[in-house]
Amino acid sequence: MGLALDTAAVVLVVLLWELARPTLERALRHGRELWAAHRRGRAPEGYDPGRERRAEQRARALLRSCVSERDWAMYRDLGFLRVWGGLGDHGRGSGAAYAYLIYPHKPIVAYVPQTGELLNEYCVAFPDHSKPYGSSRLPDSDDVLAKWMALSADERRLVGEANMHLPGRQVDPDRVRRDIARLRRWEQQLEREPIHLGRRDRAQGQDPDNIRAA
Amino acid sequence: MKLLRMKPGHGEIVLAEGDVAVPEQERELIEAFRRELDAGMWAAVPTEAPGGRREAELVKSFDDVPRDAERVIFFPRAAGGAPAATR
Repeated sequence: MGLALDTAAVVLVVLLWELARPTLERALRHGRELWAAHRRGRAPEGYDPGRERRAEQRARALLRSCVSERDWAMYRDLGFLRVWGGLGDHGRGSGAAYAYLIYPHKPIVAYVPQTGELLNEYCVAFPDHSKPYGSSRLPDSDDVLAKWMALSADERRLVGEANMHLPGRQVDPDRVRRDIARLRRWEQQLEREPIHLGRRDRAQGQDPDNIRAA
Repeated sequence: MKLLRMKPGHGEIVLAEGDVAVPEQERELIEAFRRELDAGMWAAVPTEAPGGRREAELVKSFDDVPRDAERVIFFPRAAGGAPAATR
């Protein structure tokens, strides 16, 4: 009797195992897939965390090769470029009636250099719709260079393409005023000691293309 | 002469390089130039004005590129935009 009950119990266990096995196997497989997807999510295949930094380094080297040494130093030290306006009666240059501040991935800000009065913001972007690396955004310094080239080559065309707004729409006017004051101080220092242009590069003993803008 | 293109996530890449005085190389430069313009790119030639002032010139055809230019830089055409608030 006992032997019969033991045998029946063993048969029952085997039957239950055979019934449950496909479900257990599916659950196990699903769990493995979820874990693999989770790991891919944390570190996508082919993801290179240094890519954006290297792209920015290349962009900074290109910008530096295109603008004057003074403009490069301005961007390196202050994080923006000043371009004189060329459409007024006074022509382009330090006597121009207005000037622009070019920030990376922010609107171009027009202002009056003599008074510091802010005039307009020009919202303009250079989206690369081919999105070769999943983003349409150029590196910061490429964005600055694109704005600089377009402004210095055909100011009217760039301004025509941009959306014009009153100051303060995108860029904090207080920040712009502070930047104008920083620029004034920077230029005064440059006049006192012209060697200031390349000083930081040498002092830090590193490739200036690798120095982040302030 | 080098034809460079700005690329998101990469910086500039060299599209073509050659000597405009060599007909075969000039043809390759012209083809690459047209491809980029057809793709909607703007082309600029960095220049140095008398007195050392750096400028750039936008060009719409290869004929407009100075023969002695070292580089032509292509970048996406400008579009009016209002990027996400950055204040």
